Amino acid sequence: MQKSTLSYIGLFVIVVLIQVFVLNQINISGYINPFFYVFFILILPFDIPRYILLILAFVLGLTIDVFSDTAGMHASATVLMAFLRPGVINTTSIKKEFESGSYPGLNNMDTSWVITYSFILILCHHTFLFFLETFSFSEFFTTLWRSVLSSLVTFVFVMIGFFFEGRPKRKK
Amino acid sequence: MRNLINFIVKYHFFFIFLALQVVAFIILIQNSYYHRSFWMNSSNYITGSLYTRYTNIGEYFQLKNINEQLSRENHNLIKQIPYSFLKTDQQIFTHRDTLYRRQYTYINARVINNSVNRRNNYLTLNKGRSHGIKPDMGVITSQGVIGIVKDVSANFSSALSLLHADTRISAKIMKNDHLGTILWDAPDYRTVIMEHIPPHVDVKLGDTIITSGHSKIFPEGIHIGTVSNYEIRRGESFITLKVELFEDFNNLTYVHVVKNLYRQEQEELEEQAETEPMFW
Repeated sequence: MQKSTLSYIGLFVIVVLIQVFVLNQINISGYINPFFYVFFILILPFDIPRYILLILAFVLGLTIDVFSDTAGMHASATVLMAFLRPGVINTTSIKKEFESGSYPGLNNMDTSWVITYSFILILCHHTFLFFLETFSFSEFFTTLWRSVLSSLVTFVFVMIGFFFEGRPKRKK
Repeated sequence: MRNLINFIVKYHFFFIFLALQVVAFIILIQNSYYHRSFWMNSSNYITGSLYTRYTNIGEYFQLKNINEQLSRENHNLIKQIPYSFLKTDQQIFTHRDTLYRRQYTYINARVINNSVNRRNNYLTLNKGRSHGIKPDMGVITSQGVIGIVKDVSANFSSALSLLHADTRISAKIMKNDHLGTILWDAPDYRTVIMEHIPPHVDVKLGDTIITSGHSKIFPEGIHIGTVSNYEIRRGESFITLKVELFEDFNNLTYVHVVKNLYRQEQEELEEQAETEPMFW
């Protein structure tokens, strides 16, 4: 139930490559842009030191920024998401103690919990990001609609990601 | 002092969060108001060369379209060659033409990164400072205006797309030369709007919109699109036109960067006129 540091580094690279060369290039119905890279933040271990969590989020966001010419936007949104993550875990999960090194996934948590946990964080991230990008409330409903639709698409990608990481186990 | 340190250590999560947000916002604000620093965008060496490789592969799938576009352009050029005109005048004479001097030259470049689905879209081109590209040059294709170069590195340049909240282009209606401003209202990448047309102007659906040549960036008469709708918005006294673009921004491959040879002269003159005190 643990992942080595090396596999997290590999995951970081894969997530960035998928985001930059696949998802940023396709264009679904004009204004939906999924941001699958947040999957990396979602799957970090439960007991990761909080400051490392924030710094990793900042580095990940900035990497995406450099590739997509959006200086600082993704960094800011991803740091916000990382900041909210411990709070969301505490309020939504019934379990309070986690084995060291275990991470959110379908193989050790309830599927319904994984769905709630990832959807809340993805929605926060996307809403913040899209409003930061527009930088005004003049197109409020268009922006809101864009962030909700993109969140849904990202959510589908993230669930596929979780499914590849580990399948749910049958309870005995 | 010790209490303060304890306090910071205790709430270090929140303070680091705050610090990182501040850093992110500083980067964001710096980049939207000043020229972007050399490493923070897709015109830097690493991202530029990665995107070039990616485009090299993707380009094969575009070859059919590019060829069609090229043959269309050739067709238009052949039509303009003198031997395709029938001479109706029997007196033939030649003279050295001093009436025309070249004002614009064009640098051919390839789009290696492009987007249409964000509120602010950018393009990355595979030519840079060493090919003669400078900031504030225009980017066009045979079918229309594409954008304006913003940052340049040695071998790459990044340009504001026409599909960007900060892009404003001076344009006019071809048939009666009335001026307006072109800008993009998200999210549809196939249309832009043209503002500030006085209400007495005669506009019809299907009228062609071209660049006005009043900026130092684009030559006069580059096609932009056709009028697809018009309205007087509430509380405004001007007509707003909806303009359907000729160019499909989702499908850009080759572009021309416009170099204005008289730009410096014009700028110096205008600057002089603005700064010199005048006594009437």
